[in-house]
Amino acid sequence: MTLFGLPPAEWLPIVFAAMMGFSILLYVILDGYDLGVGILTPFAASDQDKDMMVASIGPFWDANETWLVLAVGLLLVAFPAAHGLILSTLYLPVFIMLIGLILRGVSFEFRVKARAKYKNLWNRLFFLGSLMTAMSQGFMLGLYVMGLQFTLVTILFSLLCALALTVAYAFIGAAWLIMKGEGRLQIDAVRWAKECIWGLVVGIAAISLATPMVSARIWDKWFSFPEILLLSPLPLLSLLLLFILARSFKHLPDAGDNWAWAPFVSALGLFVLAFMGLAYSFYPYVVPEQLTIYEAASAPESLMIILIGALFVVPTILGYTALAYWVFRGKAQTLRYD
Amino acid sequence: MMDTLILSRIQFAANISFHILFPTITIALGWFLLFFKLRFQWTGDLKWMEAYRFWVKIFALSFAMGVVSGITMSFQFGTNWPGFMEKVGNIAGPLLAYEVMTAFFLEAVFIGIMLFGFSRVPNWLHTTATFLVAFGTTMSTFWIIVLNSWMHTPQGFEIIEGVAHATDWWAIIFNPSMPYRLAHMLLASGLTVSFLVAGLAAFRWLLGDRKETVRSQIRVGLGFAALLIPIQILAGDMHGLNTLEHQPAKVAAMEGNWETQSNVPLLLFALPNGETRQNDYEIGVPNGASIILKHKAEGVLPGLNDFVAEDGTVLHPPVGKVFWSFRVMVGTGVAMLLLSWASVALMWRRNAQGKRFQIDRLPKLLLIALVPMALSGWVATLAGWYTTEIGRQPWLVNGVMSTTEAVADVPAAMVLSTLIGYLSVYAALLFAYIGVILYLAVKARHGAPLDEMGPTSGGAVVDVIARDDRGVVPAE
Ligand code: HDD
Ligand code: HEM
Ligand code: HEM
Repeated sequence: MTLFGLPPAEWLPIVFAAMMGFSILLYVILDGYDLGVGILTPFAASDQDKDMMVASIGPFWDANETWLVLAVGLLLVAFPAAHGLILSTLYLPVFIMLIGLILRGVSFEFRVKARAKYKNLWNRLFFLGSLMTAMSQGFMLGLYVMGLQFTLVTILFSLLCALALTVAYAFIGAAWLIMKGEGRLQIDAVRWAKECIWGLVVGIAAISLATPMVSARIWDKWFSFPEILLLSPLPLLSLLLLFILARSFKHLPDAGDNWAWAPFVSALGLFVLAFMGLAYSFYPYVVPEQLTIYEAASAPESLMIILIGALFVVPTILGYTALAYWVFRGKAQTLRYD
Repeated sequence: MMDTLILSRIQFAANISFHILFPTITIALGWFLLFFKLRFQWTGDLKWMEAYRFWVKIFALSFAMGVVSGITMSFQFGTNWPGFMEKVGNIAGPLLAYEVMTAFFLEAVFIGIMLFGFSRVPNWLHTTATFLVAFGTTMSTFWIIVLNSWMHTPQGFEIIEGVAHATDWWAIIFNPSMPYRLAHMLLASGLTVSFLVAGLAAFRWLLGDRKETVRSQIRVGLGFAALLIPIQILAGDMHGLNTLEHQPAKVAAMEGNWETQSNVPLLLFALPNGETRQNDYEIGVPNGASIILKHKAEGVLPGLNDFVAEDGTVLHPPVGKVFWSFRVMVGTGVAMLLLSWASVALMWRRNAQGKRFQIDRLPKLLLIALVPMALSGWVATLAGWYTTEIGRQPWLVNGVMSTTEAVADVPAAMVLSTLIGYLSVYAALLFAYIGVILYLAVKARHGAPLDEMGPTSGGAVVDVIARDDRGVVPAE
């Protein structure tokens, strides 16, 4: 089956790379805000606010994490060669991330079910797990940008990314809480968002500067003639979003909650733009400068089987995800099973 | 120093053993919850709602444990067994993808509504969500068991340049051992939950909790156990016959049978000795194994010695481990049979008020025995999986790919240190999990009577919301 004149062995890898990218992006945004909320819990003014923060992500976190499972799953099934190479190189950070995900995932439940005197312990583990997850993801992102090489420079850069992504997650978490919180919590959330915005800015700037430096190929992709013009909307739109953000901070928290959505939506836009930049830089490589999506792809007939399912299933997933967000719309209330 | 291969195997075994504990509970508990909910809807009896409310907490906890350990699983293939996907990824990949797409998202999204949506959505939507979560966990089981069964009885593919390519998806999905393994696993989950429900309720009863709901839970648990265990034994027997056909070396190890011969005894005890290639201290029922597997005393069964290559390479699994895991599973199954049937028989007698099926007809000793049996499902399930999986060695995909081929080129020290990390976290979590479950049971005794908390449907919902909107912090 050819598509736009391309044989399946050529268009299928592109489609799968796009699907994988889409899952990663959704994961980073969605789990990003709930990890961010986790990172912010120790700064809550009261125990009540802590409960409220956790309640605001309670019904969503599991589905959010499933995008990670789908992303890794797609890497695994569509690009098996890359999957082994990337994950065995990132063995240790992956391990740290997994332990982090385990700790925070179970703390959701334990903190409200265990004896009251252990609640604080689980709260702390919830924070620690969120932190470990965010840091290790940032570290992996940095190392990936650096071409999966371990040298002093790349490790330092990855550490910077780890810090930046953690703070960026805290920012988007705060933006979420501005939407979902009221009263004291919302006021705090506005302050946190202002304090954490630098994480996103530094992260995007560092990666945007570093990627073209690492590879001449990427440099040429960005800084040659018509490309530079065609690409200029990316940074310009980012600046526009930052401007909207700054404006919204002037108004927040406002009486009618008219601006409450602005930080989250701008954060979303910034993540999307940054992601598009990255995708443009790395295409067609799945392992930077080593393995292209075409070399790493599975057999077309297997990809086709998955694609047919995905065409039906992914819209359905998006549909019922929307249902869940609609059911739990509005301000957060305390976490409870009723 | 141990090598990467053996450490990776231990790490994989530790991770999947930890993971399976929780799905085993959630697969059937989802259906139990639906059962409790529907019973409440039909009878209006609050004891069913109490049962629902109690078990939904344990469900949520187990689900979270299952999810986080499952995420670990999905990375294990890449971090430790990259060769697996490189060689059979064209087959394993789509199966895993379908699991994520059809099952995980279904569970993950609707569990939010199921757990937190009770007073936010109409009752029918909440019941539907409960159903979809139960259905989703069952779908997960289906896909993962398809993959696992294909690894035991692979078909429907061809090898081109060292990589497996699917030729017939129908044959891959409905591979010969799949129906047996799926049925056996689903029943195992049903039994695990039956004994868990009965055991924990018995624990509450022994603590002096005499609520109606506790009685009903003991009855429901024992009832389902008594119903499922004979089916499970039958399914296990058929599973064994299927294995004899497709993986004779595994059955030989399970029976501890070294020579191909007729009149093979059913060994009750033996210490299989890999060095001398015979059993020490054998005690057995004459002709037993031949009768079970071939339905006649003269039935000829394959022996382990047939699976040694000319040059002495051993092509059968380690005998002792398989032999003993199998006996632990079957032993637990027999204990389940005896206990559940004895209870039902005892409860058959009318009590002082002339009613049948009353808990007060059960002797205290039996109730005490039910408490440790709450975890018997875990024991049998793990033992069963060890039989199956160790019995597949030295193959990873039977006859297609050996375990050695798949292992990652990661330094042993790294595997060892992460292994220690996983083990400590798992041990702590298991401890906390069991502790919290017992605590919930103890606490349920003092729990607020349910009618104060407000029931489910119709106008009552509005009432609940109105009262709860004052936003009290949850006590539990
Ligand atoms: C509550 C759990 C439970 C109970 C009571 C039993 N089993 Fe089982 N058994 C399992 C849970 C299990 C399992 C964990 O679900 C396994 C592992 C893989 C599988 O398909 O099922 C299994 C595997 C398994 C196998 C290996 C299949 C293979 O070769 O791959 C056999 C032959 C049996 N079982 C037979 C039995 C018999 C004869 C039982 C009679 C008492 C029995 N099982 C009780
Ligand atoms: C959930 C119950 C399961 C348990 C308790 C279990 C247990 C084990 C154990 C103990 C081993 C090590 C065998 C040995 O090294 O001697 C193993 C190996 C393995 N199993 Fe399973 N298994 C389970 C299900 C599955 C499923 C569903 C899959 C695939 C989808 C799977 C895939 C593998 C793989 C890839 C190995 C490779 C490592 C090896 O052979 O050592 N297992 N498993
Ligand atoms: C190598 C094998 C396995 C892998 C890679 C794996 C992977 C996963 C993942 C990623 C999740 C989390 C899904 C979510 O985000 O909701 C999960 C949960 C689950 N898994 Fe596994 N799994 C494996 C083995 C098994 C086995 C053997 C069973 C059952 C027979 C099983 C049944 C389930 C179920 C029912 C869930 C839903 C969560 C729960 O109920 O606890 N899995 N698994």
